[in-house]
Amino acid sequence: MDWVVFVAAGIAVLAGALGVVLATHPVHSALMLVMTLFGVAVLFVAQQAHFLAAVQIIVYAGAIVVLFLFVIMLLGVDRSENVRAEPLPFQRPIAYVAGAGVVAAVFLLARTTWVSGAQSAAGPADGPGSNIEKLADSLFTRYLLAFEMTSVLLVIAVVGAVVLARHSPTGGVRDSEAS
Amino acid sequence: MSVPGAWYLGLAAMLFGIGAIGLLIRRNVLIMFMCVELMLNAVNLTFVTFARMLNDIGGQVVVFFVLVVAAAEVVVGLAIIVSIFRRRADATADDISLLKG
Amino acid sequence: MMHAVWLIPALPLTGFLILLATGRRMGDPKAGYVATAMMVGAFVVAVGVFFDLMGLHGEERRFQQDLFSWISVGGLDVHVGFLVDPLSVTMALFVTGVGALIHLYSVGYMHGDERYPTFFVYLNLFAFSMLMLVLSDSFLLTFLGWEGVGACSYFLISFWFERPSAATAGKKAFVTNRVGDFGFMLAMFLIFATFGSLNYVPVLEGAHELTHVTATAIALLLFVGAVGKSAQLPLYVWLPDAMEGPTPVSALIHAATMVTAGVFLMVRVNPILNLAPGALTLIATIGALTAFFAATIACAQNDIKKVLAYSTVSQLGYMFLAVGSGAYVAAIFHMVTHAFFKALLFLGAGSVIHGMHDEQDMKYMGALRKWMPITSGTFIVGWLAIAGVPPFSGFWSKDDILLAAFEKNKALWFIGLLTALMTAYYMSRQVFLVFYGGERWKKPEAAEAHGEDVAHDAHGAHGDFKPHESPPTMAFPLVVLAGLAAVGGILKSPLERWLEPVLAHPHEFASSSSTKLGLIVVTTVGALSGIGLAYSIWLRNRVRAETVEPEVLRHAWYVDALYQKIVEAPGRALANFSAFVVDAKVIDGTVNGVGALVRAGGTRLRTVQSGFVRNYALAVAVGAVAILAYAVARSA
Repeated sequence: MDWVVFVAAGIAVLAGALGVVLATHPVHSALMLVMTLFGVAVLFVAQQAHFLAAVQIIVYAGAIVVLFLFVIMLLGVDRSENVRAEPLPFQRPIAYVAGAGVVAAVFLLARTTWVSGAQSAAGPADGPGSNIEKLADSLFTRYLLAFEMTSVLLVIAVVGAVVLARHSPTGGVRDSEAS
Repeated sequence: MSVPGAWYLGLAAMLFGIGAIGLLIRRNVLIMFMCVELMLNAVNLTFVTFARMLNDIGGQVVVFFVLVVAAAEVVVGLAIIVSIFRRRADATADDISLLKG
Repeated sequence: MMHAVWLIPALPLTGFLILLATGRRMGDPKAGYVATAMMVGAFVVAVGVFFDLMGLHGEERRFQQDLFSWISVGGLDVHVGFLVDPLSVTMALFVTGVGALIHLYSVGYMHGDERYPTFFVYLNLFAFSMLMLVLSDSFLLTFLGWEGVGACSYFLISFWFERPSAATAGKKAFVTNRVGDFGFMLAMFLIFATFGSLNYVPVLEGAHELTHVTATAIALLLFVGAVGKSAQLPLYVWLPDAMEGPTPVSALIHAATMVTAGVFLMVRVNPILNLAPGALTLIATIGALTAFFAATIACAQNDIKKVLAYSTVSQLGYMFLAVGSGAYVAAIFHMVTHAFFKALLFLGAGSVIHGMHDEQDMKYMGALRKWMPITSGTFIVGWLAIAGVPPFSGFWSKDDILLAAFEKNKALWFIGLLTALMTAYYMSRQVFLVFYGGERWKKPEAAEAHGEDVAHDAHGAHGDFKPHESPPTMAFPLVVLAGLAAVGGILKSPLERWLEPVLAHPHEFASSSSTKLGLIVVTTVGALSGIGLAYSIWLRNRVRAETVEPEVLRHAWYVDALYQKIVEAPGRALANFSAFVVDAKVIDGTVNGVGALVRAGGTRLRTVQSGFVRNYALAVAVGAVAILAYAVARSA
């Protein structure tokens, strides 16, 4: 049973990824991305990370991809990119080699076993109690500072986004960077 | 019978590779951004797998933070893209080459 | 008084400094008198030192004065100090004495020259250098004086440097001297390596321990230096050209003092020379050949000073012949008498030139006996001395040399005899052309020979011009020197006894008295026949002049042209090669090439900065792959 879930989700993930990369139309890419995200969420559930699966769907698929779609619409959807042509020399061959290299390296590394030291540094993943309880436990005790910093980061991000994206008749950011 | 962790790691590796190649090949800035998201997801998957393999909730905590930061990053990144490529539909990453030596 | 020996070089040095600072303000003639006074003072001190030294006896006749430490580096410790012994005092005496007379002469001769004070600055500097050369107690200090006189020779030869020929002559003298100096320096290195010291006393006293090879090497290297300084074959070429300088310079430097430095050096190191018989033979041979060679050239020269220049080269050859035959005293004796009569002859020639308003070609002189009686009288005394007519001084000294040569090698003696004959001939020729015969300056060819100067007689003599006798400042030294040249022969035996402590072992003449007498007769007959030959050619016109003056002799065997071809032309080619090929192409090419290479490299590397974000992302990816590969390799 687990294998079926794994294979199905895996196919969804990889197909979606290929779709993102190969689609000419940005909206198609965004939809393929959604498929990938769903696949990943399923794989989270299969690994007993229920809370994260939920957050993945709500935040990633639900907010981030929507944000992508907003911007795609804002910048105009009619034009598709010419995937065939590549103006930069040697970009494609080296890119393929680099990508393949990364994958191969990881595969090779995955066959070794490194023991890093103490187990359960932050607490056991299985055992009694729900997943969200355990997560909240370590989040609000051990990693409280990081949690608070992350919230500050979110505020900064919002402020930055507002500043960057507004129309400014007097000074501010202009779209003069493009050469 | 549970799927061994190594399979998940392999899957995550392939997802990462696809995302990397896509980032290097595509010219449309938004699609490049989406490939970055693919890579981040691959990393998330890896962390969760390790959380299970090593029986440590810390892996999932990391994923939590990665998620949050990825969201913030997307926000700011898209804002930048909007400000640079405002109302120019044919904008590609190759248009910005002021750093040319 | 011996402790005041440092005054002897110090006085001319003071004169030099005073004249350097205030000479131009002093002007003509005060600057000249100051310089002369310094020389006279030095002479007086030298006489005092001489008498003091006579008070000591035999082997004790040596006094060293150490002034201060000059160079003290590692194993080399050289002091500025003086060695007073018979040889150095003899040299100091005639350098200061003859030098003082020539200084006085120059007061009159250089009168009217616009750089009058500068002349005496150089003269005093020269005197200082020469005195340091002879009085020093170490090879290095002598070398200081050696180089100093070379430099002053350059200054003084090219004193009238607006004349290109004078400037060139000065350069030629200096460069040719340097070739010899190279040998001197190598000799000093060898001496230091062998003895660990450059002072005369330890070196000469330890000379008996030298191996034959080392002694020969040192002797030959020092002789190379002497060949340059004393104008022997093949480095004599600078001396005839040095006649471009004023006549007192020719008298002082190129007759009496500087050129004798080489002979002095050889005599100073006689303990070393005695251990190198091969070197001695070479020295004698070169001396004899030089004497003969220069005499042949002198027979065909028309310039009054050139005859005397080649004569000097020839007489120096005699001195080296004496050195090579082991007769060191004879060499010094001839040096002293030569200083007297050659300085006299040069000053007399200067007087003639002065009285003939700068005419130097003997073909346009003649019958000056009645216009310049003092000059001609003293010149005739000098002529008889150099020709070797008894009882004048030259006869005694030349005779000793020929006797020593006869005992060494009959061939060398014969060459010396022929040279004596030629010496008598060309000097008589000179006297007859200048002081006897017809008044040839009145001939129209004389005016033509001087081209544009026909309008005024500032340069050259012709027409109804009358030669005049020289002023007393010039005549007085002539008379004194004539007296010395006449009676100088009496110094012969006192000099032998006096110089004994300086020699490693004194030279004994092995011939019987009958042989000695026979040689004297042969030499005297040779001298008289030379005079007779000149008489019949030049006064009686029995033989045509052209037969005895072939072109090759007049052009000095074309030696200068030969040197130009074998030395100057390759040297110039080498210089051109170095400048235009090595420097411009190779060195500049390398330097520029490095720059071009860096620029080319930079241009190529610039393309990495394409400005495209995707390229940079690619680079990041490649780097990441590299790190991962390393991790994989580590884990394997």
